[in-house]
Formats: sequence, C-alpha cells, structure tokens
Amino acid sequence: MEKNKYYRDELPENNPSFEFNRRDFVKLLGGGLFIYFQLGDFLTGIAAEAEQRRSLPTDYNSFLHIGEDGNITCMVGKIEMGQGIITSFPQMIADELDTPIESIKMIMGDTELCPYDMGTWGSMSTRVLGPSLLSAVAEARAVLLGLGAEYLKVKPDEVSVENGTVFVKANKDKKVSYGQLTKGKRVEKFLDVKPKPKDFSEYKIRGKSFKRADGVAKVKGEAMYSGDFRVPGMLYAKILRPPSHGATLVSADTSEAEKMDGMVIARDKDLVAVLHKDPEKAEAALIKVKAEYKFDEMKVDDKTIFKHLLDFPSEARVVKNTGDVESAKKKAELSFEGEYHNSYVAHSPMEPHTALAYFEGDKIILRASTQTPFGTQDGVARELGMSLDKVRVIPPFLGGGFGGKGAFLQAIEAARLAKATGKPVMLQYTRKEEFFNDTFRPAAVIKITSGVSKTGKISMWDYHEYFAGSRGAESFYEAPDSKTTSHSARDVHPFGTGAWRAPGNNTNTFARESQIDMMAAKTGIDPMEFRLKNLKDERMIGVLKAVSDLFGWKPAKSPSKRGYGIACGIDAGSYVAHIAEVKVDKATGKVKVVRVACAQEMGYCINPEGSIIQMEGCITMGMGYALSEEVMFTGGDIHTANYDTYQIPQFSWIPKILTKILDKNAAPQGGGEPGIICMGAVIANAIFDATGARLYQLPMTPARVLEAIAKV
Amino acid sequence: MAENIQFELNGKKVELPLEKGQTLLWALRTNFNLTGTKYGCGEGYCGACTVILDGEAVRSCGIDMKDVKGKKIMTIEGLSANGKLHPVQQAFVDHDALQCGFCTPGMIMNAYALLFKNPHLTREQIIEGMEDNYCRCGAHKRIIEAIESVAGTSKV
Repeated sequence: MEKNKYYRDELPENNPSFEFNRRDFVKLLGGGLFIYFQLGDFLTGIAAEAEQRRSLPTDYNSFLHIGEDGNITCMVGKIEMGQGIITSFPQMIADELDTPIESIKMIMGDTELCPYDMGTWGSMSTRVLGPSLLSAVAEARAVLLGLGAEYLKVKPDEVSVENGTVFVKANKDKKVSYGQLTKGKRVEKFLDVKPKPKDFSEYKIRGKSFKRADGVAKVKGEAMYSGDFRVPGMLYAKILRPPSHGATLVSADTSEAEKMDGMVIARDKDLVAVLHKDPEKAEAALIKVKAEYKFDEMKVDDKTIFKHLLDFPSEARVVKNTGDVESAKKKAELSFEGEYHNSYVAHSPMEPHTALAYFEGDKIILRASTQTPFGTQDGVARELGMSLDKVRVIPPFLGGGFGGKGAFLQAIEAARLAKATGKPVMLQYTRKEEFFNDTFRPAAVIKITSGVSKTGKISMWDYHEYFAGSRGAESFYEAPDSKTTSHSARDVHPFGTGAWRAPGNNTNTFARESQIDMMAAKTGIDPMEFRLKNLKDERMIGVLKAVSDLFGWKPAKSPSKRGYGIACGIDAGSYVAHIAEVKVDKATGKVKVVRVACAQEMGYCINPEGSIIQMEGCITMGMGYALSEEVMFTGGDIHTANYDTYQIPQFSWIPKILTKILDKNAAPQGGGEPGIICMGAVIANAIFDATGARLYQLPMTPARVLEAIAKV
Repeated sequence: MAENIQFELNGKKVELPLEKGQTLLWALRTNFNLTGTKYGCGEGYCGACTVILDGEAVRSCGIDMKDVKGKKIMTIEGLSANGKLHPVQQAFVDHDALQCGFCTPGMIMNAYALLFKNPHLTREQIIEGMEDNYCRCGAHKRIIEAIESVAGTSKV
C-alpha cells in the first residue's frame, strides 16, 4: 500500500484489512511475548470514577508486548497532549520490569491496538490506570523470570533480573536477555496468581526526573499532529457555520461556489461544506455560499448570565450535610454572605480541533485530535450507522486539550463528509470555529453563608454551587454545621459547556478560599494562621506549611498592603497550596502577578520534573481565567472569535514561580490539574491584601478591579 | 496561465505556480508538505506559523505568496543542519521548554531570529521579543530560560 509512506509515525499500518482479534494482533507485532489481561480487572477502577459510555469488554486484550529485539511496546488507551505520560509511563514500566527506559515504546489511544479507555482527563492516567498498568508489568516480569529460569535450567527463585537481562544469582555469567528469551517464539501468557508490583523502596527509575520523550521530535517540527497527515486525494473541508448557536439553517445556495474549479460541495442534512485540495480555495468558496437561518436563541448575554443562572429552575442535590446549618446560622457570632461569579472560559488549545477521515474499503480511519478516541469511535459509528469494528480512531500528538478535546464534533463532521464525498477529508477548525464550537467552562454562581466565632473558629458553612460542577465544592475546613448543595439543570446554557482543566474546582476554590480570606480579615487573624486553625486534615496542613516556607510567609493581618494572598485546595487526589504576590495599579486597575509559590502533595511522584512542569503550566494558564479570559456573547452569538478579543497569558505576565513537591510514599495521584485550582482565589486574595478590595467575579479585569477599589 | 514564482526554501531553490490568495503558511503545508509550521489563529496573533523571511521572523499566515518571490525562507525543518539540533532547539529540549509542542516550531523560529539580530539578548529583551508568540500549556518560564541559556554564548 502506497499510503504507508504518508505516515511518519511508528504505528504498524501495513495491514489495511486488519481486524480486531488476537491472532491478527499477534501477526501485526510479530513474534515475542504478549502479556494479556482481562480488561474488566483494571477497568473497574475507572468505572467507579465516571459513568461508562459502553459496557466493559470482558475479552482478553494485550497491553504489553516484549519483542525479539528486546523492545517493549506498551499499548494504552490514553493520549499525549503535553501532560507528559509519554515519559512517565515508560518510567513506571521500565522500573517495574528492570529494563532500560529507552527500550519502552508507547502506542497510545489507537482504538484498534489499545485496550478500551474512557478518555484522557481528570488527571487519571497515573492514579487510576497506573496501578493496573503496574500489575500488568509485574506479571510480565514474573513470566520473563520464569522463562529465564527455564532457559538457564535453574529454579525460578534462583534467578534475578537487571537491565533487561535475567541471570542466575549464584553465577552472574549465566544470563539471557529479554529479547533472546522471546526469540523465535510467540508466547502468550496468562498468569492466574498475580504477582505484586514493587514497593517504593525498590524504585530506581521512578522518582527521578526525565526529559520529555517527545522533546526532540517536537523541536524539529517532526511530531505529527492530526493536521499533518496526508493521504492521496485528500480534500480540505470548510463547513458552513450558523451565525449563532440556536440558529437553524433554512436554505443554502452553493451555486457560486460550485462554479469554482475543483470545488466539491457536500450536503448531508444540516451539514453543508465546500471541499478543495487547496484549503484556501475552499475558504474562499465558503464565503460565496449564501445561507438563510431562522433563530431561536436564549435572551441572555455575558452581563445577564448570572441572574439567568440563579433564576433558572434547577435541581438541588445535597453533596454533604453535617449538623444543622439553619439553626447554626442564627447562632453565629459573625456572619458572612458571599456571592461569587465566573464567566465562560474557552479552552483555546493552540491546535484547533482537527480530524482527517478516510475510508479503506468499508472501514473508516480517523486521525483526530481527541482526548476520547474510544468515545470518538462510538460517536462516528453511531452517526454513520457503522459497527465499532469498522471505525478506527488513531490520535496522534495533541496540540493541547485541557478538557476541550473531550468533545469530538470535528471527527463526526469529517467522517460524515468523507462518507458524503467518498474522498479523504481533512477538517481543521479555524480559530473562529474553535471558539464557536468550544465546550466552554460553564459560567457559574456560588453562594456561601458562613459563620465564625470572634476567636476565628468557623462555626457554620452553607455552600451552594450553581452550574459550576461539584468537583471541589466540599469544604475541607472543620465546621460543626456544614452543608454543600449542588444545583444543576439541563439546557441552562445558550451553547455547549464541558470539562475545563480541573472542572468545577477552579470556580469552587475561588469562592471557598475568598470566603475563608474574608473571615480571616474580619477576625483580624493572619490568613495562614486562620486556615491552619480551622484544619485537621494533615495533608492540607502539610502543603500550607510547605508553601509558607517556600514563599517566606510572614504573618500579618490582611489587608497588609503587601499584596500577598493564600489559597489551597484538593483536586484529583492531590493537595495544593499557593501563595501569590501581586502589584495592583490603582489608577488603571491592572494587576501584575509578581511571584507565585506552590506546594503540592501528590502521593509518590513518578517524574518530579514532569510534575513541576505541570505545576508551572497550571500557574501560568490559571492567570488567564483569573485576570482576563472571558467569552463575550449575546444569546447564541459568540463574539469572541480570535485572540484580539480573548487574552491568554503571555510572556510579560510570567511571575517568579516557586514550586515544591512533598515527598510521600503513597499511591501516585493526579498532577495535570491540581496546580491550577487556586489561581483565581490566590490572586483575588492578594488583590484584597494589596488594596482592601474584594473581587467577587472572575476574571478580575482592570475594570472590575477599579470598581472594587472604588467600593473600599 | 499561472505565473511561476521562484524562491529559496531551506537553502534550496524552489518553484511554485502562483495561486491567487495563497499564503506562505498553506504553500508550505500543502505544496511542500512542511508541516512543522502550524496554523494557530490565521490572523497573525499567535505566532504558531512563524518562519524566517530574509532573516526576519514573520507570520506565514499573513504573507501572500506573490511577496515571497525571490526571497529566502527558512522553516523549522531547515533549522537543524545535518540532523544536528540547532543550539536553540537543543536548549528547548534541555529545558523541557515545551509541553504539547504545537507552538514550539514558531517559538523556536522567533527566538532564532531574535538571537540572529542580537546574540546578546537580555532577559527583558527575550520577554519583549517573544511576547506575541502564544503558548497555552504555560511553558513560558522554561522558554525564557532556554533562550537565556544560549543568549550571549558562542553557540549563536
């Protein structure tokens, strides 16, 4: 097949009629040792975390292959979008298997080669998939030791392994490499008794910092993203978009576009597109399409949205309830009411949603930037009326995701167009389409009533979140009477919303930590002391003390005019605490973040440098939703279309960043999201400390800062 | 009949029929299959499509092909000579100055041009010169450090 030369990655592509069964799978990867696992075993853990979109497969599938060349291929359903599991997974595998890290190759997210996975989000790769992966690898190691002993003609307990070589403990010269062991053989192993993965004390590769495995490919511009693939006859598609969400296409006149040379017009119900081998010709043709719409939009805009959210009939769910908040409200020595808002925020990955779709016989292949390859497979199969085994999704590198690439409309559209035209279709969203079709972080309201004694002990806490999502809504501060209520409803938003890096938690942490700060200030207690005084959770106390040391915190009553703020929170099983220093220009309302310190406790940290990079990324990205990022709209009409009206953090914003990961021998926890959750609150609290002005709405734009200062 | 234009691309003379409205970005990505240069915003805000035109960093999404006639273009693919990474590329690897990597080629090309003009860039000049290249993952701190590590050395 000629097409093979168009791929620059290492995926085995040489068998276009490849069917998903074990025999062909083995054929594809050649000889060697295959370790099979019953997926149900490790998927149970994932199933507990979120609702499954399909029933769990029960057949055996492999996710580890040891080749005759000694190379070890690991297949996981996760994808790499910058978060770095392409580096940390090999660390875990190599360490468990006692083999050099360079010998580990990852195949990620290919729906045909990799075991089912719900999607790459929620900082779940290491903490949820990790343990199953390690059990698998421990099993592989036991199998290899057994084969080694057999080869060396000794008992299994007489051998050990180092650097991918099995040797006799009594005589190290008697040895055999993993590769040699599997040579000429095709071994499939199932172990009944599962060996235990290694203890922390035995870790050699884990806990050390490794450079990104994909660094060189990425600096050379060789790393392949969805838009970089080429297949013969491929057309670039440009889709006719409505002027707003809530607009329905009445008619489309494509006659002018049709006259253009080489233009292909596709119509599939409401989907109208022009396609051409030259993307700019397609773009030019799209402008010539005349369309009429009818409108049925919500009467709401970026200013009235918060009233809309509170007025909207919603369902209340009590997340947590201890004591009796109603009577405690009346008894509180000091009472506080806080209402916090945050606007819609875009994901805005640098790579817009992209998909290449093409048929090979009756099978459709998709190269798609998606955080949910299997969800995309489900979606395409459903939309095209095809069975799952006729849909293969192969996600290459993703140019950022942040939750936004959990949505895969672009893949569905590309697949529909490939079917409608019979041609390979490349669909790359323009930046405007990316904003328009984004599933934004939802606008939300948080209402808190809290009570505190004059000595600074929180007495009651009544927390209501409206449409933020309940992640991070529960308070970890001690309060005898505490209630958390989550309010949700369908179709409340005028357009799509979805998970945005640490969904819900940014909004919830902003509200909770602002309220805590308010109480500390009112009782005249240093905000660090106030927090410690109301906490019993040792992990939280640990990160607060660590960040205090890191920053060099000196106790003072707020507002101290120093511009120092504190915030802390829990996300994805990890604990974080931040301290920020800001400068506020009282004339313009402009906030400059000067310094941010962050301490994180994430259980055992596999790749410290990789985790620090994520923390730095979180701090940097988090400044955007804190200070400037806000989607502007009227009804379903999204005014935000490009970076001139949507400001993301830039180089001149970067503060001095200090990070600390606490050592801990406990199960690894999430690292891609926790560091971002405090950014709204920590900056808000620092602004209060600098000016005495309390900000109740994110983002804290210069106009809002000025408004708050005027009220002081 | 379409006019053919000639220009230099990564050190080689190339020729291309001039298509009305074609930008350098898409000529590179489609005609030459040089996909290291990325589309990020299409309007010159983000810098993902940055290439070098006669020694200057430019946004290829805003350059009409008719203006490329007779010029020298260098893309990320032309930066590493004989397979060896350019010092700026090496510095990005050494500092882990990237995450998703999508903005990386544009970042490197922009940094390359800044250093080409002034090998002794200060930290402030780096920040100012890189300001309009966007990164969403938040690798800025390390990008600054990577460029700082080669500024003022004999490497550039």
